Amino acid sequence: MEADKPIQQEEKSSAVEETRHNMLTVSVSPHIKSRESVEKIMWSVVACLVPPLILSVFVFGLQTLIITLISVASCVAAEAVSQKLLKRPVTIRDGSAVITGLLMAYVIPPGVPYWIPILGAVMAIYVAKHLLGGIGFNIFNPALIGRAFLMATFPVAMTSAWLPPLRDAAIFTYMGQGVDAVSTATPLYVLKHYGVQALMEQFGSMSTIYRDFFMGLRPGCIGETSAFLLLLGGIFLIYKRYITWHIPVSVIVSVAFFTWIFGGDTLFTGNPLLAVLSGGVMLGAFFMATDYVTSPTQMTAKLIFGAGIGALTVLIRIKGGYPEGVCYAILLMNPLVPALEGWFKPKRFAPPKGALK
Amino acid sequence: MAKTVVQEFTKGLWAEIPPFRLVLGLCPTLAVTKGVENGIGMGIATTFVLVCSNILISMLRNIIPKRVRIACYIVVIATFVTVVELVMQAFAYPLFLKLGIFIPLIVVNCIVLGRAEAFAAKNGVLASFADGLGIGVGFTLSLTALSIVREVLGNGTFYDIPVFGPSFEPFSFMIQAPGAFVCLGLMLCVMNMLGKK
Repeated sequence: MEADKPIQQEEKSSAVEETRHNMLTVSVSPHIKSRESVEKIMWSVVACLVPPLILSVFVFGLQTLIITLISVASCVAAEAVSQKLLKRPVTIRDGSAVITGLLMAYVIPPGVPYWIPILGAVMAIYVAKHLLGGIGFNIFNPALIGRAFLMATFPVAMTSAWLPPLRDAAIFTYMGQGVDAVSTATPLYVLKHYGVQALMEQFGSMSTIYRDFFMGLRPGCIGETSAFLLLLGGIFLIYKRYITWHIPVSVIVSVAFFTWIFGGDTLFTGNPLLAVLSGGVMLGAFFMATDYVTSPTQMTAKLIFGAGIGALTVLIRIKGGYPEGVCYAILLMNPLVPALEGWFKPKRFAPPKGALK
Repeated sequence: MAKTVVQEFTKGLWAEIPPFRLVLGLCPTLAVTKGVENGIGMGIATTFVLVCSNILISMLRNIIPKRVRIACYIVVIATFVTVVELVMQAFAYPLFLKLGIFIPLIVVNCIVLGRAEAFAAKNGVLASFADGLGIGVGFTLSLTALSIVREVLGNGTFYDIPVFGPSFEPFSFMIQAPGAFVCLGLMLCVMNMLGKK
């Protein structure tokens, strides 16, 4: 029993080492060291998130850039102020607040008033992140808490400020005018309330829909529309091994699978491709569900986590009050992460307890 | 019991103020604090029940058999809740409609039963009266504080009078259920911070 103690301590210190280097599996030594740091990973994720923003400026106009910049700036400011208030070291350089700001802007509609992301940032960073212990301790994804708070607080602005895509890159079109005059409905809303026929009337034939939705030419939140660019960013992150394929693939497969079964008028007639290309599935699967702090680390747990997100998304889309459910699906799965980690512990290669005497 | 009657009263105002220190009675706290009027109304109703039931249970404490005491307490409390309910129907009908089911639910309020079991069953009539009044006033103050924050932010009004200009867009989050939880949590946090110093 005495020999157990040093082993535990070693495990503990190695765990700290591992977290610092952001490897996914924590096991006993020896360990491979890596040059990756939190900063480098976070800024790479930021880089992967920039292309959808550029596209968004050309599709929805310049105000999406302003909204995103306000969101990022207020998240970073909220991070600095929260850490000062709570007397913690200020770590705005690590880029995590920048990511939260970007992701929160990406899941709000492109026509909202400019002050909306500021309130969301306070909720996301101060309440959802720092009051729950700061980076590494937050149970819920801060960006999604920010969005859920905004949805509950300003339901009108958050569910009606959708803009029809610009085809001629006239990026100043929506800047001056009131949004009410041009607002439109998202594909999921049309699909939910009026059916496939109405969807095709509004967005063209099915093949046009697939092409446009894949490229990002559809009404939707600022950064969620382009499946193509999000896929590119996600594949880059997987290639760099910053995330593993388990969560994104299981989310997408489970959304497709459950939509195929339950999405149509009768069983097994749903349209899985349309379901994956619309709403925030791509953004959620690659960039939100894979948040290090709020997702499991074990492979089986990851697959179940992702499948749960997909199933809940489809449930909310089909039966819920909102047309889209990725945000709430991820938020509902977040608190299950500790339980999932507990159920799927990695194999212990140490001698059984009590064997060392 | 060396404590004076005054001490029994004042402990309900700070040291044991529900629901911030005694985290009890959360159901009405979360549910009725959408508006200041509801909060104060609920607080006064609960205070009345608390004081009366504390006095009566304290008087009966040597008569009530130990084994059936909870049932007896519930009967006493339910009697006073019925009194409150009928009085409200007669004199404050709009408030009665607003509070709805939460008036009869005072019967199962943990604070009322808790004070009966933990205090009135062991102490004299005067001390029980002071305890009930203190806890009741504390509960009313807490509900009022919480409902002021929620109504002003969530509806832009105070006691149904608009406080901001017409351009203010209310945070409807605050008058919904999640707003209640977040607001209560933050207030508990502030109370703990103040208590530490």
